[in-house]
Amino acid sequence: MSEARKEFWNGVRAEVPLLIGVFPFGMIYGALALNAGLSAFASQMMSSMIFAGSAQFVTAQLVHDAAPGFVIIVTIAVVNLRHMLYSASLAPYLKNLSLKWKTLLSYLLTDEAYAPTILKFEKDGATPFSHWFLLGAGFSLWFTWQVSTALGIFLGAEIPREWPLDFALPLTFIAMVVPVLKKQPMIAAALSAGVTALLAYHLPFKLGLIVAALVGIAVGTWLEGRESPRGMI
Amino acid sequence: MNIWLIMLIGGLVTFGLRFSLIYLFGRFEVPQTMRRALHYVPPAVLSAIIFPEILFHDGALDLSLGNTRLLAGLIAILTAWFSRNTLLTILVGMAALLILQLL
Repeated sequence: MSEARKEFWNGVRAEVPLLIGVFPFGMIYGALALNAGLSAFASQMMSSMIFAGSAQFVTAQLVHDAAPGFVIIVTIAVVNLRHMLYSASLAPYLKNLSLKWKTLLSYLLTDEAYAPTILKFEKDGATPFSHWFLLGAGFSLWFTWQVSTALGIFLGAEIPREWPLDFALPLTFIAMVVPVLKKQPMIAAALSAGVTALLAYHLPFKLGLIVAALVGIAVGTWLEGRESPRGMI
Repeated sequence: MNIWLIMLIGGLVTFGLRFSLIYLFGRFEVPQTMRRALHYVPPAVLSAIIFPEILFHDGALDLSLGNTRLLAGLIAILTAWFSRNTLLTILVGMAALLILQLL
């Protein structure tokens, strides 16, 4: 087997444990997007056009709430800002690649592809074929995400209309937030954002969401800075 | 705005964020404060969605026991806290809401 193919399959293998967690998540997304009022085709296409789990859930919720387009787009940008960090962190290992490779790998750069790839790159460094590892991890995730979305849309269509399925979106967010609430600044960020969202609920264009998110981010960042002043350097 | 336009721009923005520093490597360093702030994005954004979803009822704050979504949400929070399992949290929360609505 060629060196490139070997690295590709190493990437796929490293991704498998994460795929097991991603599959039900993709199914839930598919079912919920459909229930939020998106067409089956649009729900499916979002998984390749945006290809970012939490942003897709949030988009489905905001479409359901009839939020204006620019608010949805700003929210997608805020939710996906962290990808810039991954971009910065992988950049030194990918700097010698062609623009085509950089474009393709950027498209595939999700949380779940980044995690095993950075571990591998930090361990082995950049080798002539190491980018194939990221391609393997990223593509297997992309493929799983498309299939699980489709299955979710298919099964979601079978769920009776009168079930309060729209509630599953906030439930999904609860399941995502609660486990990260370990340290005081995290808890303060979540609570201050939540309370601000209540106070700003009646702002036009759903702007309360963006205001609340910024307040939460500011509170968390400020508290963490106060706890560890050395981190300010 | 048309859903397709939203998805197209949202997708381009997402791609742009992922592509940005891979493309610009060497010309821009992510500041420490921004790195730190990014950790707080998920809990802040998601809480800003969760709170009104479970605390508002027909456009008004409803802290009463009659607010079934609030009760089901609290049950889901406890489930998430103890199980740390996404699927279980959703299933328990949905079951709680369905049962509370029947009561």
